Amino acid sequence: MSNQEKEPMFSAKIRKIFTTPLGKENPITVQVLGICSALAVTVKLKPALVMALSVTIVTAVSNFVIAALRDYIPDRIRIIVQLVVIATMVILVDQFLKAYAFDVSKQLSVFVGLIITNCILMGRLEAFAMANKPWPSFVDGLGNGAGYGIILVIVAFLRELLGSGTIYGYPVMQKLGVYSTGYENNGMMILPPMALIVLGLIIWFQRSRNESLIEKK
Amino acid sequence: MEHLLNLFIKSIFIDNMIFAFFLGMCSYLAVSKTVKTSVGLGIAVVFVLLITIPVNFLVEHYVLKAGALAWLGEGFADVDLSFLSFMVFIAVIAAIVQLVEMVVEKYSPSLYNSLGIFLPLIAVNCAILGAALFMQEREYQTIAEATVFGVGSGIGWMLAIVSIAAIREKLKYSNVPAPLRGLGITFILTGLMAIAFMGFMGIKL
Repeated sequence: MSNQEKEPMFSAKIRKIFTTPLGKENPITVQVLGICSALAVTVKLKPALVMALSVTIVTAVSNFVIAALRDYIPDRIRIIVQLVVIATMVILVDQFLKAYAFDVSKQLSVFVGLIITNCILMGRLEAFAMANKPWPSFVDGLGNGAGYGIILVIVAFLRELLGSGTIYGYPVMQKLGVYSTGYENNGMMILPPMALIVLGLIIWFQRSRNESLIEKK
Repeated sequence: MEHLLNLFIKSIFIDNMIFAFFLGMCSYLAVSKTVKTSVGLGIAVVFVLLITIPVNFLVEHYVLKAGALAWLGEGFADVDLSFLSFMVFIAVIAAIVQLVEMVVEKYSPSLYNSLGIFLPLIAVNCAILGAALFMQEREYQTIAEATVFGVGSGIGWMLAIVSIAAIREKLKYSNVPAPLRGLGITFILTGLMAIAFMGFMGIKL
């Protein structure tokens, strides 16, 4: 379908659609979308990665489907149509996880289902897919999913390293031998409040590097 | 009765939607600039949870659960539709929110004027679907339990959003470092409030 378009598949514009959500237009730290499910799954890297991947797939595919259907969806019932498309994708992802990664699916518990109400999906569908062609919308979904994933992975990396002393289940702190110097894992990092504080610090860091993101008084 | 009261307190303070599960964060961050609007949204969430959780409970028990369709006859006794629960729950929530909006508009225009703009937003509030999914996962046995859990979660959510809104109103007069202004400081404050709420975990119910 993308062949019918005049511009090449990986033009500068398409690349820009992909890269802006990674930094300047990050869905979590700048657009403030999809925080609901972002924080609860970041105790360990593994569920965070699975979650990031699931959200990316669901966002990209539902963006694509809605963009392809955008001329046929009556304006009044578009929210319901969008929810049905998203819910179908989420059910597929959930069944897939249950079949091939049951332990992770148990860890994520209700949060796979909550992808449906993840604001990134509705936000991108409303803001981008309803007004653009399928291929750019697909890329936009990939970009936003990846931007969401980056934040998830950073938060999960810090929480797992400082809280449990492991990276992706590998006991780094123990291998480095820091425990013999009197170092102890910070149990606080595993608890929910630290996810919020770590995210607050990431936002602080990003905004002090990029002055244009600072909020006006 | 005592059991229900325990569940009520537990769902407000210990299993608080915002501080323990981060549900409904999007609207929590977006609508918490003034106390007045956050009270409006809070009431709307409690109201919608009060109606959707019992309805979803009935749907779960008489349609979706493994063997739930047994009342239709022998042949349906081993049907398990639980894989459809996401889609059915979200459809029920969207439909009820629409219905509530129409009923409120007809019978109480003043309530509609104060809640009106928030109601459509609520259909995609994670706290509503989240409560429905928790209700399913924790396997509450009676409709009373489910209702109490729903209302308790709603009140806990409202408590969180009203208190952060009050803090943010005061925060306007303080000197926050520029890059931390707005979103950043709100996250850190929520984290600190969550630490305070963890104190409730010690309560044995």
